[in-house]
Amino acid sequence: MSQKEKKTNRRDFLYTASYTVGAVGLGAVIWPLIDQMNPDKAQKALATTEVDITNIEPGKEITVLWRGKPVFLKRRTPEEIAEARSVKMDDLPDPQRDEERVKEGKDEWLVMLGVCTHLGCVPLKNKGDYKGWFCPCHGSHYDVSGRIRKGPAPKNMEIPKFEFVDNNTIKIG
Amino acid sequence: MSDKEYQPKSKAGKWFNDRLPLLTLGAHLTDYPTPKNLNYWWTFGGILTFCLLTQIITGIVLAMHYVAHADLAFASVEHIMRDVNYGWLIRYIHSNGASMFFLAVYIHIFRSLFYGSYKSPREVIWIIGLLIYLLMMAAAFMGYVLPWGQMSFWGATVITNLFSAIPLVGDSITTWLWGAYSVDNPTLNRFFSLHYLIPFLILGLVVLHIWALHVPGNNNPVGIDIKKPSKDTVPFHPYITIKDTFALLMFMIIFAGFVFFSPNVLGHSDNYIPANPLVTPAHIVPEWYLLPFYAILRSVPDKLGGVILMFGAIFILFVLPWLDTSKVRSAVFRPIYRQFYWIFVVDVLLLGYMGAMPAEGIYLVLARVGTIYYFLHFLVVLPVVGLLEKTDPIPLSISEPVLSGGAKLSMAKKDNEKF
Repeated sequence: MSQKEKKTNRRDFLYTASYTVGAVGLGAVIWPLIDQMNPDKAQKALATTEVDITNIEPGKEITVLWRGKPVFLKRRTPEEIAEARSVKMDDLPDPQRDEERVKEGKDEWLVMLGVCTHLGCVPLKNKGDYKGWFCPCHGSHYDVSGRIRKGPAPKNMEIPKFEFVDNNTIKIG
Repeated sequence: MSDKEYQPKSKAGKWFNDRLPLLTLGAHLTDYPTPKNLNYWWTFGGILTFCLLTQIITGIVLAMHYVAHADLAFASVEHIMRDVNYGWLIRYIHSNGASMFFLAVYIHIFRSLFYGSYKSPREVIWIIGLLIYLLMMAAAFMGYVLPWGQMSFWGATVITNLFSAIPLVGDSITTWLWGAYSVDNPTLNRFFSLHYLIPFLILGLVVLHIWALHVPGNNNPVGIDIKKPSKDTVPFHPYITIKDTFALLMFMIIFAGFVFFSPNVLGHSDNYIPANPLVTPAHIVPEWYLLPFYAILRSVPDKLGGVILMFGAIFILFVLPWLDTSKVRSAVFRPIYRQFYWIFVVDVLLLGYMGAMPAEGIYLVLARVGTIYYFLHFLVVLPVVGLLEKTDPIPLSISEPVLSGGAKLSMAKKDNEKF
């Protein structure tokens, strides 16, 4: 016994092999229990929404529900677009050009998640220091392009995946 | 241990006790030697047990009538209030019971902070207590979501979004918590499931908390080690049971006052508006017992930083026994710490007030000062004061006056009576 204390033997191999198989098995059992909490098929099936935009006048905004979250659809006036594009990138905490936030040729349509990137409240329209949106929860100010300008939110309001099905219909998701 | 010598008197008792020594346990709890100088601040352990049982019993009853579905939850709570026999009473006991539970736990925690009950050899009791406190906050938060009113919905949104501050995996974790792409029916469902589970986890931890307490025995207002049993101790029953019962009755009067005369004063009226995912209420505030942490969250102008500080404010308590360098337990004999203790109490109350106010102007400035002081207290004041402070002479036992004079002990007693 004493002369081969450190020698690996059959028993060590059996221990290691058993622990390994046990750990893999445990993981295989735990994963379904964790993954069941992720969005289910019914939730994923609700993933697109079509919106008729025929009646939205320039300067007006509507809110629709997509995946349980509000989406702002704003038809911006030329002045608002000009203002959004005149902002210096250095003034933005999360620099992004207005052109990157809209579809080319459809510059007047701003489609974005109406969810404050701080802690998820719905910002109020035409409020705040930058003529865009203001979140009442913790005081984040967004500009007419939905970009964060002041307050605790770290990012611009998110632009969801969307497309123009035709001139009067937007499909979100 | 005298427990081992316990023998049931009846033959049947002996037969049973030899197979499962429950009677020995009962005898241990009855005879458990307790310091004879425990003041009323020590009665909150019993009061908290009462609170937990109240929440479990009323909760089980409410679950018989409540429906955990986004379309039905709000109506089912109104159904409890209007149609179910005594439903209003049971729900008001449950909702105010949560506040009473936190009131009692805060007194219990601050008692420990004053008398140094978290110090060696009671660190494990302290840490188990903090785990209970964390579970209480989780249970309270999820319980507040269940009525599916505006505050329920937006409180859940804000709190779950805290996790989105985690770099890289934050959004996946938040979606996983929701089971959807926003707070929605799957969220409500799982919150109900967990809200039902957590009290029983707390019950298990309470058993461990008391078990860990019964190893070294109670701390006491003088904070010294005592021989057990000795002339410094009294048996738990009837001395402590009767004192606990009296305090519990006083506590129940206050509890009943809230339930019967102002059952909604601690809640928020916006929660009587059904949840609306399109409109956020103007002022989202958590329940009062979470306000100090909410103030810390909002005082940081950075999302991740705010979340880290808020959780840090709780987790720093876990290392408190090692941050406090003083060997003397009771603040009665710590003239400098005693003053910082009260500053800290005021600081936490201030933070709580700031958490209820809008995060702007002077409120934000004061919240930031309060937040900085909160951490200074633990990271600077406690280690430094413990090393530099000249403590007052400590009595050798509860019964014997310190040195010859005994002036300090009488001071200590006066101090206790004041509470």
